[in-house]
Amino acid sequence: MYKIIRKKILNPTVTEMHVYAPLVARKALPGQFIILRVSEDGERIPLTVAGCNKEEGTVRIIFQVVGATTVRLNELNEGEYIHDFVGPLGTPTDLKGLKKACIVGGGVGCAIALPIAEALHDMGCEVVSIVGFRTESLLILENEFKQASDRLYVMTDDGTYGEKGNVSQKLSQILKDETFDKVITIGPLVMMKSVAQTTKPTGIPCVVSMNPIMIDGTGMCGGCRLTLHQDGKSVTKFACVDGPDFNGYEVDFDEAISRSHLYRNFERHAYDEACHLFKKEEVK
Amino acid sequence: MMVSNVQKACPMPEQEPENRIHNFKEVALGYTEEDALNEAQRCLNCKNKPCMKGCPVNIDIPAFIAKIREKDYDAAYDIISESSCLPAVCGRVCPQENQCERNCIRGIKGDPVCIGRLERFVADRHRTSGCGAEKAIKKNGHKVAVIGSGPSGLSCAGDLAKKGYEVTVFEALHTEGGVLIYGIPEFRLPKSIVKTEVDELKNEGVEFMTNTVIGKTLTIDELFESGYEAVYIGSGAGLPRFMGIKGENLDGVYSANEFLTRINLMKAYEDDGETPVIRGKRVAVVGGGNVAMDAARCARRLGGEVTIIYRRSEEELPARHEEVGHAKEEGIEFSFLTSPLEIKGNEDHFVSGIVCQKMALGEPDESGRRKPIPLEGSEFELPVDCVIMAIGTSPNPLIRSTTKGLDTNSRGGIITDEDCKSSREAVYAGGDAVTGSATVISAMGAGKTAAESIDRMLRKIS
Repeated sequence: MYKIIRKKILNPTVTEMHVYAPLVARKALPGQFIILRVSEDGERIPLTVAGCNKEEGTVRIIFQVVGATTVRLNELNEGEYIHDFVGPLGTPTDLKGLKKACIVGGGVGCAIALPIAEALHDMGCEVVSIVGFRTESLLILENEFKQASDRLYVMTDDGTYGEKGNVSQKLSQILKDETFDKVITIGPLVMMKSVAQTTKPTGIPCVVSMNPIMIDGTGMCGGCRLTLHQDGKSVTKFACVDGPDFNGYEVDFDEAISRSHLYRNFERHAYDEACHLFKKEEVK
Repeated sequence: MMVSNVQKACPMPEQEPENRIHNFKEVALGYTEEDALNEAQRCLNCKNKPCMKGCPVNIDIPAFIAKIREKDYDAAYDIISESSCLPAVCGRVCPQENQCERNCIRGIKGDPVCIGRLERFVADRHRTSGCGAEKAIKKNGHKVAVIGSGPSGLSCAGDLAKKGYEVTVFEALHTEGGVLIYGIPEFRLPKSIVKTEVDELKNEGVEFMTNTVIGKTLTIDELFESGYEAVYIGSGAGLPRFMGIKGENLDGVYSANEFLTRINLMKAYEDDGETPVIRGKRVAVVGGGNVAMDAARCARRLGGEVTIIYRRSEEELPARHEEVGHAKEEGIEFSFLTSPLEIKGNEDHFVSGIVCQKMALGEPDESGRRKPIPLEGSEFELPVDCVIMAIGTSPNPLIRSTTKGLDTNSRGGIITDEDCKSSREAVYAGGDAVTGSATVISAMGAGKTAAESIDRMLRKIS
């Protein structure tokens, strides 16, 4: 059992929790994820780590309340316990040697982008962050991003905060006059697909963070598999062990989008569209 | 002592096929006391015990059967548990027909003694008669880490605990039991039985740490740093294989691992289960092993019309005869000498059919089985809405990629000697992590061998 040390409502649909899991906190690096079960007989859902405090032994998770499991998770309060919490899983984001990077986050995906921006900032890399939300009330982590970025652009679809427009439009504008060692993007699949398309003509490497449906997170089930198109060949990879980060130019996004909707028609998942961070943003 | 001369084995009471395809309850119901006594009478109590030579963990079979005849079931249980820490499991899932029962003298003229069924009877009787008192074993002060709580890890942990070692078993999933929990379905091995066997080990002082992925949460080096003097790797086979054909990533294509894990570990078959699973109306299962049979029989219970696609003929099926028989009784179709070429999808990216090719058998290949050769022009499409790939697994890279000095073969299996010792000092390994997919009992045998090797190694240095 894993104790919830602190809980904070970030916006009407997004919640932050700091969970006591010292073995995970000791090791977790930006880009890695955990799998949790809220209660016995609950579903296993993956959540990417949104930071951790090694001294305190806590792992920060930030999740969107989109379905049965996250609703139940959100019902837990400080001092209560999550039944299972395992990690850190997956391969950390490769930040080696980066001097100037562009971080593009969308919606609750910003929670995962933040520790990457922070790690880059701490290692002296110049960080330009673009974060996008549907509307002002869904904005999260603005101050944290400000501190971790040399420049921050906040975008809203409806223009209620920051600039009106989406992250790809902003990125496209920036790429006209600037170059980066890497563009790292985390958010809804359609957004990451668009960011990769926007970056491609520049030849700047573009890394996307995939978060497919999975069960064990250790390579056993193969449910998280996705297709990469490499040199004219299709290669199957497992997001849990080979990822979750992939080359954005190689990922078959259309297949990934379809696979993420696999359980859409299941009655008990009608509300929840599986177990997935980014869903709500995606189907807006 | 009276030996019965009945040639035929006492049949196993079973749930009728027409009932059991609608539930996940156990198919084989188990011998009654009368059945067990009748069957035990058939044992000739051979002096040279040929049956025992067929048992990977060397259970003294004639001795425990003799105790059944005396109705001393506790003594029978004690004899079995001297050699096996999972009797209720082995009595159900061991391929006895290829092991102990194959060597039974009774089998020369008539049926061999049903050793597995008798083992199950003894274990079930022990379980229901209220066992599980805390066992006082003198600790020897040495700590051993076991990775994986499947049959191999449990067997190694059980033997080491009996010898006085302080054993911690690390499990990646949230429940102990490994393949016994996520792989083998409830109707073949009820999960309550696995739990009882695990609880028995807990009574013997074995500690279990679930939700701990070795290679991620902790490394083998960190286990040594924290005071463990030896490590046994029983992490299982891991990664599911796919064929590499077109359409394998369509919605509605599962690895058998995922399909079975959703059903068994996550209880997706229950009406109020929170984990979803696709209930295919027409399901193709590719493969011919026990896992393929398990997946097919699960899909049948979820309401599907199921076809097993196997590229060799019925004779070469690697699955147990009993499982094949049960599958057939349950109305599962077999398409032998058939190999998939492509999985077709509809506009929603969902499976709509599987294109196959007929095969003929050629000369024996390196496995000794006749090699299937494609028949040109024999392509046909089977309309299905779900495909389950049950064509094996390859070892998980998480441990080998984080452990220096651990040699592995080209397939990724850990290389060990006959004592289960790896290339790394004080690290032992066995089961599917070494051999690739094999049986529960051979994994247990390796765990047992490793326990003895670890004991020898640590006693020398202490």
